Amino acid sequence: MIEGIDIQHIIIVSTLMFFIGVYGFMSRKNLITMLMAVELMLNSININFVAFNRYLHPENMQGHFYSLFIIAIAAAEAAVAISIIINLYRNLHSIDVEDVNKMKH
Amino acid sequence: METIIFYIISAILIVFSVLTVTTNKILRAAVYLLFTLVATAAFYFMMEYEFLAAVQLTVYAGGIVVLIIFSILLTHQINMNLEKSDKLKKISSALIVLLGAIIVIFTISKYTFIPSSEVGTDTSVNAIGRQLLSYGEAGYILPFEVISILLLAAMIAAIIIAKKEKE
Repeated sequence: MIEGIDIQHIIIVSTLMFFIGVYGFMSRKNLITMLMAVELMLNSININFVAFNRYLHPENMQGHFYSLFIIAIAAAEAAVAISIIINLYRNLHSIDVEDVNKMKH
Repeated sequence: METIIFYIISAILIVFSVLTVTTNKILRAAVYLLFTLVATAAFYFMMEYEFLAAVQLTVYAGGIVVLIIFSILLTHQINMNLEKSDKLKKISSALIVLLGAIIVIFTISKYTFIPSSEVGTDTSVNAIGRQLLSYGEAGYILPFEVISILLLAAMIAAIIIAKKEKE
């Protein structure tokens, strides 16, 4: 628990961060920058889990472990996404979302 | 003192998140993302979850950002500017995002959280490791093993997808 800081302040910061990530996901065209926006969103919910754990239930550590597992899943997701992006670039020479409609066949 | 540090870190977090999603150079976006991830680790340090902060620094700041930078180097010229998306799309998504943020922040400020006065548990690496591998109550052995299989599957998938096909 951070002294002198309410839980609301931390959650408001992470909410802002989450919606900035949503904005990036909607306004960008490049696949790598969209991946970065997804990482921002995952990161902000991690802050939420840790804050709830620390402020409301400090006697056990569920939020802590949940964010550990989310970090592991984010790493796996980033690895697979980037290998797909590299494969797409090799075949199409572009990684804009509007050019990848060939993937559905 | 801690309040001042908290507000400084929050300002860094918000400013660099905005820069990540608005900058025109893709390599700069990756570096700004690195700053936001380090600021998040600082949050964890302030909440006294040192192990989680260390994992955040090694996996996110050390692993994922380097992976993203490598993929940028493999797919772009470094100095290339990103193609600008049209104004209408930007404005409409900004409006939707603003609306969502206002609703969520309004709800949060209405709700009264009841902070617990209990003392926190032991957050040493020793205790965390024992809890991760324990079978008993509040043990996390099953998700731990499932995550290990998932990581193995992701690794094999990444190798197979990114491998060059034989001509």
